[in-house]
Amino acid sequence: MANWGKIARRTFLIGSAAMAGGVAFGVWQYRRELPNPLDPGADGVALNPWIIIDQSGVTLIAARAEMGQGVYTTLPALLAEELDVAWDQIRVIHGPAAQAYFNAGLMSHALPSTDYDRTGFQEVMVEAMSVLPKMIGLQVTGGSTSSLDAYDKLRQAGATAREVLKQAAADRLGVAMGSLETRDGRVIAPGGVELSYQDLAEDAARIGPPRQVELRPASQWKYLGRAMPRLDMVEKVTGTAQFAIDVRLPGMRFATVRMNPHLGGAMVSFDARAALAIPGVERVVDLGHGIAVVATTTWTAMKAAEAVAIEWAPAPYPDSSLEMLTVIRAALDGPANSKLRDDGDVDAVQIGAEDQVIEAEYSVPWLAHATMEPMSAAAHFTPRGLDIWTGSQAPGFAEMAAARAVGLAPEQVRCHVTYLGGGFGRRGENDVVVLAARIAQAMAGTPVLVTWSREEDMRHDFYRPAACARMRGVLRDGAALALDGRVAAPSVSRQAMARMTGNAPPGPDKGHVEGMFNQPYAIPHYRVTGHLAELSVPIGFWRSVGNSFNGFFMESFIDEMAIAAGRDPLAFRLDLAEAEHAPSAGVLRAVAEMSGWDRARAPGTGMGVAMTHSFHTPVAVVIEVTDQDGAIALSRAWMACDVGTALDPSIIEAQMVGGLVYGLSAAMMEEISFSGGTVDQGNFTEYDALRQHQMPQVAVRILETSGHIGGVGEPGTPPAAPALANAIFDLTGTRIRDLPLNKRLRFVS
Amino acid sequence: MATTLTVNGTAHLVELPGDMPLLWVLRDALGLTGTKYGCGVAACGACTVQIEGQAVRSCQVALSDVWGPVTTIEGLGTPAALHALQQAWIDHQVAQCGYCQSGQIMQAADLLAVTPAPTDADIDAAMAGNLCRCGTYPRIRAAVHAAAVALREG
Repeated sequence: MANWGKIARRTFLIGSAAMAGGVAFGVWQYRRELPNPLDPGADGVALNPWIIIDQSGVTLIAARAEMGQGVYTTLPALLAEELDVAWDQIRVIHGPAAQAYFNAGLMSHALPSTDYDRTGFQEVMVEAMSVLPKMIGLQVTGGSTSSLDAYDKLRQAGATAREVLKQAAADRLGVAMGSLETRDGRVIAPGGVELSYQDLAEDAARIGPPRQVELRPASQWKYLGRAMPRLDMVEKVTGTAQFAIDVRLPGMRFATVRMNPHLGGAMVSFDARAALAIPGVERVVDLGHGIAVVATTTWTAMKAAEAVAIEWAPAPYPDSSLEMLTVIRAALDGPANSKLRDDGDVDAVQIGAEDQVIEAEYSVPWLAHATMEPMSAAAHFTPRGLDIWTGSQAPGFAEMAAARAVGLAPEQVRCHVTYLGGGFGRRGENDVVVLAARIAQAMAGTPVLVTWSREEDMRHDFYRPAACARMRGVLRDGAALALDGRVAAPSVSRQAMARMTGNAPPGPDKGHVEGMFNQPYAIPHYRVTGHLAELSVPIGFWRSVGNSFNGFFMESFIDEMAIAAGRDPLAFRLDLAEAEHAPSAGVLRAVAEMSGWDRARAPGTGMGVAMTHSFHTPVAVVIEVTDQDGAIALSRAWMACDVGTALDPSIIEAQMVGGLVYGLSAAMMEEISFSGGTVDQGNFTEYDALRQHQMPQVAVRILETSGHIGGVGEPGTPPAAPALANAIFDLTGTRIRDLPLNKRLRFVS
Repeated sequence: MATTLTVNGTAHLVELPGDMPLLWVLRDALGLTGTKYGCGVAACGACTVQIEGQAVRSCQVALSDVWGPVTTIEGLGTPAALHALQQAWIDHQVAQCGYCQSGQIMQAADLLAVTPAPTDADIDAAMAGNLCRCGTYPRIRAAVHAAAVALREG
């Protein structure tokens, strides 16, 4: 913890100054200047990869996918805080896919250490790991890392640009730089002389950036630390925000796909005659493992796709989810892939006569992302290359994948990132882009919008894997003496890495056990082993990834241990956390106070607590449930998170509540099941989510003690399911160890 | 088949099959993309528009069955001239990804036309059909209440 500020500051100072233009540093090769990807046009000047100044004003580059988490607001606020531009003057664009926009924060999750234990050595490792994403241009939005990655980098970029603008003004006016101030996009000289940034931009672009700039202390912040009006809000309430599905180009045709629902299976044959007879259908494209229909409207294309007679080859995995669960359960007794926590010696614990040993098994189902906007992408294949418009969480990868699919060089493909109608991890995959590219190639010269039907989207996801756990705990004198956790699931990391880079790295899979091995609990004997199940069902990153199931396993079992020990579940956790990580104890104390945890429960109500530490942020949740004539209602919820520095409290609150709702929806009612090798669920009628009338009242408290920027997009999700299951236990006395909960009880609907 | 369709006060002569859902007429023929496709089976509410002031799921209304003038999110208000609901949505910073919000706002407009001072239970009943995967429900509720006050006080 002590070294975080110093080391991060030093490394980012050098790195960002290098990227801000002109200055090369030779310490390590990766610190070479990255090419500035911006072509600002004839009358514009790009001061660095994040700022364009032209005659119409200042445009800031977010370079991260806006999927609701507010990066189009928080990232510009970081730039503007130092650059001194008025909030209502700021324009934001995503910008091109480019290596300069790599995400170093993402790799901070790649190390096999607990992330609350931030020693100096680990921080050095985190910085060194940023080599990898830079080399491969990992411009990925994920892992709740955008603010972590941008916090110093963008403030540096803003400050550097401000200083060269001041230098340009000083040179022109013949005054000392120290006599100049900046405000609302202008440099102000003594005597009231004002020069606008637009006026100075061209001169400024010729000035080398300063080697070092002072960042303003938080006490001087104007934008950061405050709830700023989101810069995407007006568009999103007037129907003018453009998602991929809304891209319209002259002469555009509308397409849809119908791929093999036996995922990974081939297409044996198809007969498109009936489809081609439908008025408005222009083309049926053979995609190898499925078909696309191109028509004059999306509705015609979808109708025609259903009319194509197709014979599918089977999938390379077991037919049913029941058989799959058997494979996953069997992995629990197979070889371990990881043992990332092994405190004390679990096997050597002598069980005394007064000790209690408890054991439990848990399981969770496959889950779909079910973004509100179904998968969609527009593509235009022309002699000058391929243009793609889509809501991508990884545009650099998307360009490479699309180029490969149509036989172009990567630099001939341009990915234009639109708003994302929900991401949750689904839009880091390139399947939709590859199919759109191939359809556009078949329709060369004609722009095509490819929209998947909801059913196609639901049945061709990269699912959150089904998972199970076997937990064993030993209690002595009302306290946890030992915890031995085993987790089994197919490996998301390995499958995703193999898809993106062609091979899966060997070694322990941290993501598989995150949320269980790295929890801030001082248990003397604490061991977690990960067991990988071999199943070829497509799986991917689902909001909070491994934490989404391990949070449920771990925090349900901690609850069981507390109950077995005759202890209050919140006090039991507080004891464990206090000795290990003060911010985690802090969020527990906060929800205890907010919820009135220690008060007597009203008749017919139950309360449950859970605390998880993920993406550098501890989050505690208390949920209150009530019995309404035999149905369970979620009446109230209280959340506390410790994000270190709260860059935008309104956005953080929204992300915490959103993460909670995403987790509660899955816990209450979501399941993807397989029969005959295909997914049973096709639409929201069979895969629903929490709705307005089921929504509890939620209060959120944001703490700032952890000493570093924590993620906010994902850490609200992992504690949702266990807090709810623990509340239901408190109300009913029934411990539910498998999800979704509505298989065992009824919710108010 | 030629059909005359009035959308946001403008009459359009469209040559499209009568069984084409209004949703796709708006999006793919008229270029009004503020109305969203989410499910196609009236399960999510993203495609909600108004016909003669009544909220309907445009994925379920065939072109030949449209019985009156249509209002979409683009017709409710514009960035330069916001409707009270859109202003309340901004004041309460409701949207996250934003994809479902056109439908949420069009549904809320129907609610306030019928029930100018809705209770929480009224909001629950009216808005239960509009799904939001980002979980913006608490801010939607607050914004509906605020817009109701603004509209009553005119």
